[in-house]
Amino acid sequence: MQAASDATAARYLHFEEQVRWRSTETAFWVATLLPFLLFKSYLSLASQVAITALFALSLDLILGYAGIVSLGHAAFFGLGAYAAGLIAKHGWGEPLSGLVIAAAFAGVVGYAASFIIARFRHLTLIMITLGLGLLLYEAANSASWLTGGADGLQGMRMWPLLGYFKFDLYGVTAYSYSLAVLFLVFLAARRLIHSPFGLSLRGIRENPVRMPAIGAPSPARIRKIYTLSAVIAGAAGALLAQTTSTVSLEVLGFQRSADVLVILILGGAGRLYGGILGAIIYMVARDQFSGVNPQYWYFWIGLLLIAVVMLLPNGILGGLARWTSRWTPSKRRGAP
Amino acid sequence: MDAVEAARCAVSAPALATRGLQKRFGSLVVARDIEFALPQGARHALVGPNGAGKTTLINLITGMVQPDEGRIFLGEAEITSSLPEERVKRGLVRTFQINALFPHLSALEAVTLAVCERRGGGGDWWRRLPSMHDEIDEAYDILRSLMLDEHCQRLTRELAYGQQRLLEIALALATKPRVLLLDEPAAGVPRDEIAELFGAIAGLSQHISVLFIEHDMDLVFRFASRIIVMVGGRILVEGTPGEIAADERVREVYLGRRGHG
Repeated sequence: MQAASDATAARYLHFEEQVRWRSTETAFWVATLLPFLLFKSYLSLASQVAITALFALSLDLILGYAGIVSLGHAAFFGLGAYAAGLIAKHGWGEPLSGLVIAAAFAGVVGYAASFIIARFRHLTLIMITLGLGLLLYEAANSASWLTGGADGLQGMRMWPLLGYFKFDLYGVTAYSYSLAVLFLVFLAARRLIHSPFGLSLRGIRENPVRMPAIGAPSPARIRKIYTLSAVIAGAAGALLAQTTSTVSLEVLGFQRSADVLVILILGGAGRLYGGILGAIIYMVARDQFSGVNPQYWYFWIGLLLIAVVMLLPNGILGGLARWTSRWTPSKRRGAP
Repeated sequence: MDAVEAARCAVSAPALATRGLQKRFGSLVVARDIEFALPQGARHALVGPNGAGKTTLINLITGMVQPDEGRIFLGEAEITSSLPEERVKRGLVRTFQINALFPHLSALEAVTLAVCERRGGGGDWWRRLPSMHDEIDEAYDILRSLMLDEHCQRLTRELAYGQQRLLEIALALATKPRVLLLDEPAAGVPRDEIAELFGAIAGLSQHISVLFIEHDMDLVFRFASRIIVMVGGRILVEGTPGEIAADERVREVYLGRRGHG
């Protein structure tokens, strides 16, 4: 009897292993508070890192989990940023409701786009998402009466967060706000990927042809996760607009779409923390390098990217995971 | 009384039937007036030379390819225009000639995924997977019935080829099929594992009707109660193993007097 119940427990443990909250995770999130104590002059940068991490997380959900490539994800980041900016410019500066409205707006557009996205894969998908990004960029550029065009959106007036915390020059409120949103969205995303829905996304990534043969409605699942990803990207854009009180045209730029892809690949796609780690490395490195010689910044990023994808195909986090598993006995291989 | 009546109906209607199925790709006719019936609990084999249209027929039946003409029935219900995943939900399930698995999911994860989809909880995004004991138990029992329980925590791509073929069948079983179409289940399996694999297929519940494609005529004669021979997109002949073995036209096709000319 004891042996039988052990075997039963082992099969649940197989799933529990992947879901379990690890001590390194606690350590990581505690470490995200360090800038408040140690790097007070870098809080604005820390806030930008958190926002970029949130953006990378949104891309990870579709690329890392469902295998949907996007080279135009800045479209939703930009939509969120402009929505939040316009709301604040036209008399409603309350941050939280502005964030929700902007994210929902990006989500609506994402939902509409998802009907096209769910029908294509690979190169076609890259071109479609790229096209969508370019299209929105030029639309925002030409609608300068609304967006301010190339001059950017000016005149946002943000109210204090929760009616009390003003957005200060040092970025204390900005980083607190961005980090809190990142953490909450991360928890929700973590819950989602360890659900049956999350498992079905991995199934779509692993073999989209097989999914209908086990009765799974892949297109409907893709539409759901794509919409959710657009919501999160929109929230990231809204955070940037709200914490910097300005929206420039580059929120919709191709560069931003490419950067977030690079960040995710560097950190490791399909691991939730990959995008966050990638954002930290990328943003901090850019900040440091661009102080030395800004014009050569992309030379180093290019070198780093090539080195990582050649030596660590699953990104820095994937490489770390493989390295640590060499030193600890693998639990995946054991019989139940 | 109703249950008895229902059972009688189920016995009378074939599990799967096609009428006048036609399909052409350009000028190439790949299915020509295909008509056959698979009775409840049958173990039928579909044979024929390469390019005879066997896999195309399975693609037509499962809805992966739409027929130009003809109708398909699953039990009493017509499914000619149903989506592939709808047919799966109604119990019409296939496996693939070339492994179509989920390389980076463990065997247990993959089968649990299929069980969740069948039970309708596959889109649930707030339940924790480890808490889904019923689904995990069912997946584990399926894997055990195919002797995969010892390897169920390994990634699919780390399994031996024969085990991957069994996992194909496990995935199909997880959808609780009434009709199971097996496309060369033993393709690429080492010689000594084939008997085991076909033993597992023969041992499936009698509630499942099976049509399998197979090239090895020894296996076909051992495991099929009836054999359908296809040549050039049409059914040449259908009969018991004895009838097929004695049929002159089948001999011609297989001995190459006309078939490979």
